[in-house]
Amino acid sequence: MCCVPPEAADFSAVGDAIAARISDFMRTLRANAFVVGLKEGEDATRIAATPLAQRPATFRTALKAVACARRSDWQKFDEIFDAFWLGRGMRRVLPLTSNAETAKPTERRPHTGAQSEQRPAPGLGELVSGDGADSNDDTSPPARMEGASRGERLAETDFRKVHDPEAIAEAHALAARLARTMRTRLSRRERARLKGRRLDLRRTIRRNISHGGLPIELMWRKKKRKPLRLVVLLDASGSMSLYTSVFVRFIHGVLDNFREAEAFLFHTRLVHVSTAMREKDAGRALERLSLLAQGVGGGTRIGESLATFNRWHAKSVIHSRTCVMIISDGYDTGPPEEMATEMQRLARRCRRIVWLNPMIGWDGYAPEARGMQAALPHIDLFAPAHNLKSLAALEPYLSRL
Amino acid sequence: MPLSREQIADQLAAVGYVADRELPVVLQLMDMLDRPLLLEGEAGVGKTEVAKALAAVQGTSLIRLQCYEGLDQSTALYEWNYQRQLLAIHARESEHADPRAVEQDIFSERFLLERPLLAAIRRTDRPVLLIDEIDRADEEFEAFLLELLSDFQVSIPELGTIKAESIPRVVLTSNGTRELSDALRRRCLYHYVDFPDVERETRIVLARIPGISTSLALQIARMVEGVRKEELRKVPGVAETLDWAAALVGLDIANLHDDPEAVHETLRCLLKTKEDRARFTPEVSARLLGKVA
Repeated sequence: MCCVPPEAADFSAVGDAIAARISDFMRTLRANAFVVGLKEGEDATRIAATPLAQRPATFRTALKAVACARRSDWQKFDEIFDAFWLGRGMRRVLPLTSNAETAKPTERRPHTGAQSEQRPAPGLGELVSGDGADSNDDTSPPARMEGASRGERLAETDFRKVHDPEAIAEAHALAARLARTMRTRLSRRERARLKGRRLDLRRTIRRNISHGGLPIELMWRKKKRKPLRLVVLLDASGSMSLYTSVFVRFIHGVLDNFREAEAFLFHTRLVHVSTAMREKDAGRALERLSLLAQGVGGGTRIGESLATFNRWHAKSVIHSRTCVMIISDGYDTGPPEEMATEMQRLARRCRRIVWLNPMIGWDGYAPEARGMQAALPHIDLFAPAHNLKSLAALEPYLSRL
Repeated sequence: MPLSREQIADQLAAVGYVADRELPVVLQLMDMLDRPLLLEGEAGVGKTEVAKALAAVQGTSLIRLQCYEGLDQSTALYEWNYQRQLLAIHARESEHADPRAVEQDIFSERFLLERPLLAAIRRTDRPVLLIDEIDRADEEFEAFLLELLSDFQVSIPELGTIKAESIPRVVLTSNGTRELSDALRRRCLYHYVDFPDVERETRIVLARIPGISTSLALQIARMVEGVRKEELRKVPGVAETLDWAAALVGLDIANLHDDPEAVHETLRCLLKTKEDRARFTPEVSARLLGKVA
């Protein structure tokens, strides 16, 4: 490059440095769950070459408009920007290792269960790390002869009593399969409406222009049916920890197979986890989930989490054919009055509320927790969810909605 | 020569829109990157106003497409005027005209009904296209829109492809009643319009309500800020603030402390649900009023 004048060479060198820094920044954003691609990087580089980049405030605003796509991004952005470009604020910007690194080993890991055996006390962290092991269960057909009968027995065993890592893996696979069959059965009910009820005048005329305007072919209007949408709110608190792993797996299956489903996780606060759970590979999905669910431990604030849901999310995820499914044991550390008002608000918004409580399956359980008492009047279906059979029993209920 | 942030803010203020700190930069980017702008925010924070102000600043026309459930191409893009076509066919039939000529004729410009999207594309003055409440439209329409926004051309089978004369500035607004697709979000620049702070709201009231005193405008802004912090189902927007300010001016109230009763009665007009009104007792408004200097 001998013929390049020196100034130009200098300029391109500076440009390269900035471009590298910007692509670093884009990577940081991606690590923080922003959806930014090549196009955004390109635009950011273009912005860097304009006067907008001369002041941090304008540069931040400009990049913000390019990189953000929703309100949650919008709220996070300034903090990330300041930490990256100005080196202030935040303790950690990069909470996770790159996805590409972790995905492969998870998939290829032999199904030994050895890793699961060294688990510490169960919690969300446990279910997340241990769960990658069974991700290949879905794809490879079960080779074991005892598969069917074992499956049957497993379906009736309380999740608490499933200890053997292989059995846990199998329970997860069953939960995923269950979610799948629920979807296919439900979806068949949606179709088979070929004839409409009202004549579509506009289309009829349009169609029959070739007949000189004589209406020979009639066009009909049919009602567009909204598919059932399932919104799942899962309690990930300490008291539920023995059950969470199976439910997380179930939710992953549901999100994967329902056309419309949203998932939230709550403990002391509410986290929207749909995007993380849509990850095709279950292991990876759970890994992302663990990062979102930081802050496990401490009491469950069901009332407060529901309030957050009602205030910020309900409007966008609930429509007229929505079933809200809450999976929790109902042990709320907040005041029961809050729980009651929030449940009432929720009940007014959605079509049905299903509350799955694993403890109903226990002998001699009565819903005496104060929070549970407050919530009961607003629940349409209060059902056990301690084993797979109880989950399967929900399907006919959902299909009637 | 691109304008600075302050210049754009001044221009917006001149047409009656008081922008937040970030909006001018975003509007600048819109031109620089040729991308549509997606505005999100609560109802009543003035998202639609942004597009109107932009059109006024640029001196172009505003073309508005209001979205609703069931909106389809024929109401958004173009439609043939079937009634006229039918009449034309019958008229020619009696004249025994050449069928091919008839066909040529009935699928010509004369029979084309232009809808907002086609209108925006065919304008030469680079209009502002406002696609309002995109979240109310169906997903299919969103996908169609995505295609239009990237190519800015429309093909009408009977007429051929129509390319944009000038690329319109596109502003989309959303209230968040439905989650928009990632593809559409990524196509757009994003700006979240928040409720204005006291200072900005005061300036908005001053700009919009003629003959209001600065001290009253400030009191109103403070009071509304207090109301927004109450736990209400429907938080009052800027439009409600303006209505209230107009009401107070109409009642000749120069200071909120002069007539607490009238303040309470008029303030209740900001609240749009029965539940909120029941919650908003005279004590609450007295408490809020106490905090307003």
